[in-house]
Amino acid sequence: MLDPYLKEALVARLTAWADDEVVLAQRLSEWVGHAPILEEDIAIANLAQDELGHAKVWLELRQELDGSDPDHLVFFRDPLEYQNAVLVELPKGDWAFTMVRQYLFDAYENLWLKEATKSAYLPLAEAAGRILKEEKFHLSHSSLWLERLGQGTEESHRRAQEALDTLFPYVRQLFQLLPTDEALVEVGVLPDLRALEAPYLEEVGARLERVGLRPPQGGYVPKSRQEHTEYLWSLLAEMQSVARWDPEAKAW
Amino acid sequence: MVKLRIGYPEDPDYGERLAEFEARIARGEKIEPGDWMPAEYRRQLIRMISQHAHSEWVGMLPEGAWIPRAPSIRRKLILLAKVQDEAGHGQYLYHAAETLGITREEMVEALLSGKAKYSNIFNYPTLTWADVGIIGWLVDGMAIKNQTMLAQCSYGPYSRAMVRICAEETFHHKQGKEAVLLYAKGSRKQRQMVQDALNRWWWPTLMMAGPHDTDSPHTPLLLRWGIKTKTNDQVRQEFLNEHVPELLEAGLRIPDPHLRYDEKTGNWIHGPIPWDEFWKVINGEGPMNRQRLLARRRAHEEGRWVREALEAYAQRQLAQAAD
Repeated sequence: MLDPYLKEALVARLTAWADDEVVLAQRLSEWVGHAPILEEDIAIANLAQDELGHAKVWLELRQELDGSDPDHLVFFRDPLEYQNAVLVELPKGDWAFTMVRQYLFDAYENLWLKEATKSAYLPLAEAAGRILKEEKFHLSHSSLWLERLGQGTEESHRRAQEALDTLFPYVRQLFQLLPTDEALVEVGVLPDLRALEAPYLEEVGARLERVGLRPPQGGYVPKSRQEHTEYLWSLLAEMQSVARWDPEAKAW
Repeated sequence: MVKLRIGYPEDPDYGERLAEFEARIARGEKIEPGDWMPAEYRRQLIRMISQHAHSEWVGMLPEGAWIPRAPSIRRKLILLAKVQDEAGHGQYLYHAAETLGITREEMVEALLSGKAKYSNIFNYPTLTWADVGIIGWLVDGMAIKNQTMLAQCSYGPYSRAMVRICAEETFHHKQGKEAVLLYAKGSRKQRQMVQDALNRWWWPTLMMAGPHDTDSPHTPLLLRWGIKTKTNDQVRQEFLNEHVPELLEAGLRIPDPHLRYDEKTGNWIHGPIPWDEFWKVINGEGPMNRQRLLARRRAHEEGRWVREALEAYAQRQLAQAAD
């Protein structure tokens, strides 16, 4: 099985994935009840459930490794301890911002999850396979929105392009390795995320071009998952407010 | 759209058709969208079904506000699923109403302009997390009593919608009850929070069933045409008989000093309901009426460009397909 160093490395990696999902689910859930059409209220509530469900999967894999409590990790860790990528914590913005982000993230998830199904760590390979099934639906939903926005009206195109200009540089953070990831890659537990960046840029670039959107050049790329924006604190403060409100509560 | 001009009392064949229609209902047959029906039957159903759809859509707001604050992964998943169901019920009911010759746009317009009503209960605020549990157990508990009755409705599409919706509401009811029972036996702050929620939601919940039968002018006609199969007071009584013993068993206090059990009938009898408040809230003077409507209008306004993009994209696809 995994030696203590690899175990610790995998714990860090699972936590980073889970944090991405928790924070993205939080942003998605802010839309519920406020979507542009009722059908999208249904869709976005579903996306939020799926993403949070995926976080739960990763945290339960972590629990098997170190006995940690998933709820405790989600509701009692401070902003500086969260390991999510900046992409997912940015405020939800308008519908274009939310859907362009979702597309960029879904495309990334589909890519690495497919690789992760070959992981030498079987529980990870199996979980990736299960999650990938749902992520395929997410990707077809957000791809269609990308197309509708890119090829809808002048206004929708402008808003989608603006969203892309803001979001695109952050995508590159998703392909960075954690300091301990290298060891996991070496033993085949983790796909080499760095190697997925080029195929990602090619695939996403081609689709963006088809719908008339252009990825921006340059932009700021966070250097590690320790980096955050000032938006994370208030996101977590709200999310954790009930759970932290009563220290004597034993169960929720 | 073309308004249907059939089923009016001044039509020459109205008497004969009405007799046939009422005979079908008496035989327990369902009335389907293309069938002849009195204009007043159509009007009452459009009113009821669209109000019901609006209630689902507006009803997403008080609970939806707590999705971002749900205190555990499990509770957040449950609440997301629940509010998603409500959106689904709204969508389903708007479709059911559309079978009667009204469009969703017309119904939405009636809601946003303040003309259409929705369930009064959603004009109250959700102040704490415990409200989510109490809404699930009590508000949905009352809704289920009403909807189980409506599943027997003589109008096919509404009846079938209710069957499906009741199945999901049963899950909403169960999760609410489970949460309330947990908090009622929980920490000091949890116990206080859940009692406070019960205090605030008790009377609005009882009022959900509608005015007493003696003050409900539509009821006799609605019963005769099988739109409703029970009166408001009957529905309220069923709710009380199920929920009062369970709330007391949980160690909660029901905020009605006159509440008593009647040995003879086996019914729980409530004290005087504050109807003044009911009429005030229904006429727009409730604590959240304005906020709910503003939230719906804002989402509608902010979503306008998205709907325009959808429309433009669809037109383009059609044009391309035609080429």
